[in-house]
Amino acid sequence: MTATQIPSPRSKDTSGKIAPEYRRTGSSRGNFEMLAWLFMRLSGVVLVVLIFGHLFVNLLVGEGIHAIDFGFVAGKWADPFWQFWDLAMLWLAMLHGTNGVRTIINDYAEKDSTRFWLKMVLYAATAVIIILGTLVIFTFNPCPVVDGVQLPGGFCPA
Amino acid sequence: MSAELAEPASKVELPAHVGGGGEIPTFDITLRVRRYNPEVSEEARWDDFKLTMYGTDRVLDALHKIKWEVDGSVSFRRSCAHGVCGSDAMRINGRNRLACKTLLKDLDTSKPITVEPIKGLPVEKDLIVDMEPFFQSFREVMPFLINKGHEPTKERLQSAEDRERFDDTTKCILCAACTSSCPVFWTDGQYFGPAAIVNAHRFIFDSRDDAGDMRLEILNDKEGVWRCRTTFNCSEACPRGIQVTQAIAEVKQAILSRKI
Repeated sequence: MTATQIPSPRSKDTSGKIAPEYRRTGSSRGNFEMLAWLFMRLSGVVLVVLIFGHLFVNLLVGEGIHAIDFGFVAGKWADPFWQFWDLAMLWLAMLHGTNGVRTIINDYAEKDSTRFWLKMVLYAATAVIIILGTLVIFTFNPCPVVDGVQLPGGFCPA
Repeated sequence: MSAELAEPASKVELPAHVGGGGEIPTFDITLRVRRYNPEVSEEARWDDFKLTMYGTDRVLDALHKIKWEVDGSVSFRRSCAHGVCGSDAMRINGRNRLACKTLLKDLDTSKPITVEPIKGLPVEKDLIVDMEPFFQSFREVMPFLINKGHEPTKERLQSAEDRERFDDTTKCILCAACTSSCPVFWTDGQYFGPAAIVNAHRFIFDSRDDAGDMRLEILNDKEGVWRCRTTFNCSEACPRGIQVTQAIAEVKQAILSRKI
């Protein structure tokens, strides 16, 4: 009769040590997490001002929501002040949101490989949106000319 | 030991309208205990125990009654049974509590009272968990006095104000109720956990200690204070009423003001 093999209580194997999934890995120093934490707070405060300013100017001032059309956006982006405002909003909101999702992935992904790939997808998406958005803000042309023909648009000078 | 010892008669003569002197009301409860025995099965299960308990009884008394009179195989830790040693932290009705400090009458006795081991640590049997991962991060913050000066011939004196600064975090009994209530700790157990930070706080803000900077550097880790999401589970779970989340916030402030 063979005796029942009972593993030591601290492990799935018989080494008598803490099971690997509960063992703490070595320390990883550096100020990145501190700076990320600080960035979340600071960007959050700035974003409150930027977003409510954005909503106020777009939806409440003048004719309010009825004034929004292609021409309204084109008019705003002709002004460097609003270019800078929207650029700051884009960058801060994207980085703030990305960092938030990064912490959620860190908190909820259980396997290191899942965590790594989810974060790679996140960073790729963030990079695409930030680059595209920045390009749009700075290269925006309300009256594009394609093959020598001006595209239709009532507000463009003839 | 006889189980149903009658309450001793009161030595004080009470008037009839006061009722039975010293008589404690009894009520029936169902205790639903999470059972796990790796020698029998890898699967954990729930066992229900119907008990008649007194109004002065705690969850620990109900567990004692089960172990001593109903099912001796029920396993749990307890030492002092009076809220000092911190051995019997468990998840009672979904909240981390000390079984010896939770009165049954304060719980909803109309429904089964669930008792589970604390979460996030490996269960060894029934309500007993392996505390080693918890103590591992506790040891990492160096929870002992480090003083670089000459050793005094008398005790190290400290003003009442200096002592007050870290009074709250001296109350910790290392029961792990806070750390095992933390959702960040549940994920992968890499986070230092509230208890380790509380015990670091106790020395960081001690005027007699000289290694505060070293402890702040340790807690400025990827898995250090910055993983705290301020969900306040730890403050809610602490049986000693330590303002754990506030202590963590104070450590964050100390790291920030030191770096910037």
